Amino acid sequence: MIGTALFFLFAGLAIACAISMVYHRNPLYSAISLVGVFIALSCLYVTLAAPFIAAVQILIYAGAIMVLVVFVIMLLNLEEDRPHSRLNYLYALGGGLGVLLLAQTFFIFYAVMRSPNQPADQTLSPGKTLSIGQAMYTEYLLPVEIVGVLLLMAVIGSVILARKLTAPQIELVVEKELEIRKEEDAKDGLGIAL
Amino acid sequence: MEPSLGSYLALSGILFTIGAVGVIYKRNAIGMFMCIELMLNAVNLTFVAFSRYYGDTTGQLFVFMVMSVAAAEAAVGLGIIIAFFRNSMSVDVDDASILKN
Repeated sequence: MIGTALFFLFAGLAIACAISMVYHRNPLYSAISLVGVFIALSCLYVTLAAPFIAAVQILIYAGAIMVLVVFVIMLLNLEEDRPHSRLNYLYALGGGLGVLLLAQTFFIFYAVMRSPNQPADQTLSPGKTLSIGQAMYTEYLLPVEIVGVLLLMAVIGSVILARKLTAPQIELVVEKELEIRKEEDAKDGLGIAL
Repeated sequence: MEPSLGSYLALSGILFTIGAVGVIYKRNAIGMFMCIELMLNAVNLTFVAFSRYYGDTTGQLFVFMVMSVAAAEAAVGLGIIIAFFRNSMSVDVDDASILKN
């Protein structure tokens, strides 16, 4: 009984925060609402016996990603979203898509009625950090490696995207730096020789 | 008594719908980015619910993968938004319809 009550509490919180995120035109309010969704989902993960995923959800989503988003919002000093003026058909498109997806959702809801209604045995405990780590470094080693390479690519890509100079400007800076170093080397070489 | 698997899937579907509609309604690139994050989270909830109800670790492992990809997406996506803002002084996606300049 308490499980159902907790589910409806956090599900309601998540849906309310999600709607608030789409509703607000100020991006900062949207970001704060999104943090609410992440925290509600993290609580749901705890009720689903997945404490590791719940902790990682808070750390990565509410911690890292949202801090990045809020930093960018403040850095760019964004104004409120302008209202749609000439794009009225987008409202119709969005409403149609929403109705379609909701219909699919409730179709799924009825289709899974015959699926297991009781959670699997607690002793299996798929949410334990130990079992996740074992699976990660034995059976799923290759996907983990690929994700590592992907993160490296993201780091390099974001550094290149966020730089201020264009390619010819960078070449100029590098040439200047090389000349300065040559002069310094010449001086040092003299000093050592003497 | 625990809620059934279907109720978790329904919640996930509702959150995904809100995210998908939000991507269409928002004109702000950062707002669209946040809606995409919401959709990724809805899918994560499905993974964890299936993992719980079938007693399998794989679902939670793939949630971890999705989170890593979301982190990479955040880094690159926000880099693109900043680069775009530097060129056009706006993050409105309607201003991003020109490829050159």
